[in-house]
Amino acid sequence: MSCLQTISDYGLRSIGIGERLLPTSDFTLCQQFTLIGSGMIWNIYFGVLALAAGFLLATLVALGKASINPWFRKPSEWFIFLFRGSPLFIQFFFAYFLFLNLRSNIEFFEPFTAAWLGATIVLFFNTSAYAGEIFYGALQSIPKGDSEAADAFGFSGFTKFRKIIWPTMMRLAWPAYTNEAIFLFHATTLVFFSGFPAWRQQGDALYYASYFADKTFNPFIPYPILAGYFILLTLIVIGLFGLINRRLNRHLPKEVRSKIRYRPKLMR
Amino acid sequence: MFEYCTNPESLSGLAWLSCYLTTGKHLSFYTSFGTVLVLLAITAPVALGFGFGGAAMARSNFSPLRWFGKSYIAIVRGVPDIAFFMFFVIALDQGFEYLRHQAICPDWDQPIRQGNDFIVCDAAKLPLSTSPQWVHEVYGFSLAVLTFAIVFGAFAANVIFGAMNAVPKAQIETASAYGMTRRQTFWRIIVPQMWVYALPGLSNLWMVLIKATPLLFLLGVEDIVYWARELGGTKHARFTEYPHGDWRMWYFLVLLVFYLAFTKVSEVVLDRLMKRLSQGQATAGGEALRRAAT
Repeated sequence: MSCLQTISDYGLRSIGIGERLLPTSDFTLCQQFTLIGSGMIWNIYFGVLALAAGFLLATLVALGKASINPWFRKPSEWFIFLFRGSPLFIQFFFAYFLFLNLRSNIEFFEPFTAAWLGATIVLFFNTSAYAGEIFYGALQSIPKGDSEAADAFGFSGFTKFRKIIWPTMMRLAWPAYTNEAIFLFHATTLVFFSGFPAWRQQGDALYYASYFADKTFNPFIPYPILAGYFILLTLIVIGLFGLINRRLNRHLPKEVRSKIRYRPKLMR
Repeated sequence: MFEYCTNPESLSGLAWLSCYLTTGKHLSFYTSFGTVLVLLAITAPVALGFGFGGAAMARSNFSPLRWFGKSYIAIVRGVPDIAFFMFFVIALDQGFEYLRHQAICPDWDQPIRQGNDFIVCDAAKLPLSTSPQWVHEVYGFSLAVLTFAIVFGAFAANVIFGAMNAVPKAQIETASAYGMTRRQTFWRIIVPQMWVYALPGLSNLWMVLIKATPLLFLLGVEDIVYWARELGGTKHARFTEYPHGDWRMWYFLVLLVFYLAFTKVSEVVLDRLMKRLSQGQATAGGEALRRAAT
C-alpha cells in the first residue's frame, strides 16, 4: 500500500472519515505519521475552542478578582483557586462522572459525556482560571499614570476600560498568555486518558501514539513522532501569538517592547 | 471492621456508611493516599538531584557534557509531559531488561525485537516471573519514581541553572581574584548562594509535582485514581455486600478536595519558608529573588 493511499485512508480517521479499522499489524512509518497527525485535529480543536471561549471568561474573572465588590471578587477568587489548585486530570475525571450522573437523570446532558463537548467545557474553565490569574496580574501592574491620564482626558466607565485599560492589560499579559496557550495545547493530550471515551477509536494524537506503542511494544517510534508534531504546533502558536504581540506593542519604541519567551513552568 | 458489620443488609444510614467506609478495599484506598505521599517524598529529592546534575552539566566546560545537559533541559520542556510519562515507563523497562539480557544471557542468538515482540531470555525478565507480587509492585513503583524524577529533574535543572546564573558576577570575579579554581568557585561560592535564588522556582515546581501525581495511574500503579474508579463503580448485590450505584463522581470529588487542601497547605508553608529565607537578605536580594522567579 502506498503512502498516499494510507494518507487518504487514515488522514481524517480521527473524525470518522475514511477506513473504519485501524491497522492491526505490520505497521509502517507512514501509517504512524498519518494516524498520529490525524489525531492532532482533536488537539487543535480542543485547544482553539477552549482558548477562544476562555479568553472572554478570563477577562471577566480577572476584572472580578480585581473588583472591590466582594460579590464579584469572592466567586472569582474561588473559581481561580478551584481550577488552579487541583490537577486537570482529576477535573476531567470528576466532570466526566458528573455528566454521566446528570445524563441518567436528564436527557439534555447526553452530549456532555462525549469528549467533543464535555472535555471542551473542562478545558474552557481550566484555561479561563489560568489566564484569569495572568490577566489579573497584568491588571495590577498597569502603570498608575495610564489610568490617571485617561481620567484627565475625560474617559470613564466602559470607554476607559475599552480604550485604555484593556489594551494595556493585554500588552502586559501577552507573553505569559502565550505560554498558557502552549500549555493548554499540551494539556489537551490528557482528554482521552481521563474517562472520556474515544468513540469508535476516534482519539487524539497521544491516543494513537499509545495505540501504536501498545501494539508494537516499541515506544521509540510513535512517541518521538508525537513529540515532533507538538514541537511544530508549539512553534506555530509562538508565531501566531508573536504577530499579535507585535501589533499590541506597535506604538512603543523598539527597546521597551516585551518579547515572547518560551518559559514552560506549569503543568496542570 | 466493627462487630456490627457482619450483616450489612440489616444496617442503614450512618451505621451502614461506617461499615462501608471501613471495608478492606477502602483501607487500601486510604493507604494509596500514602502511596502518593511516599512518591512525593522520594521523587522530590531525586528530581532535585537530577536537576542539580543537569544544571551542573549544562554549565560544564567540557562540551559533550554541556550539550547533554542543555538538550536534557530543552527536550523535556518542549513536549507534553504525559507523553514523556508514557514513553519512559516502557522505554526504561525495556532498557533495563536489555541490559540484563546482555549481561546474563550472552549466548542468546535470536534478535530481541521480533516483529511486534520484545523478547529477552527468561532470566533477564524484570521482575522475574517467579518473584512474589510485592516485587512486581515495588518494581512498578520505582519505575514511576524514576520517570517522575527524569521529567521533573529537567524542570528543576532549568530553575537551578537560572539560579546559578543569578549569583552576582562580582562574587565569582572575587573568587577568581582570590585564586580559586573553577571547581572551588562552583562548590564554595555558587552552590551555597544559589538556593535563595532557586527557591521561588522550586516551590512552583513542588506545586506542579503535586498536581502531576494523579498521572501515577497512567503508569500502572494502584494509586488513588485507580481505587476511586474501582470503588466508585456500580456494585451489584450479587458480588458485594454493599451494593450501590455509580458513585465515582463522589470519589473524585473527595480527590479534588484532597488536592485543593494539599496545594493550599503547601502554599502556606512555602510562603512562610520564603519569608524566613528572605529575612536578613539585603533589599537588593529581595529584588533579585523576584527576578529569579521569572
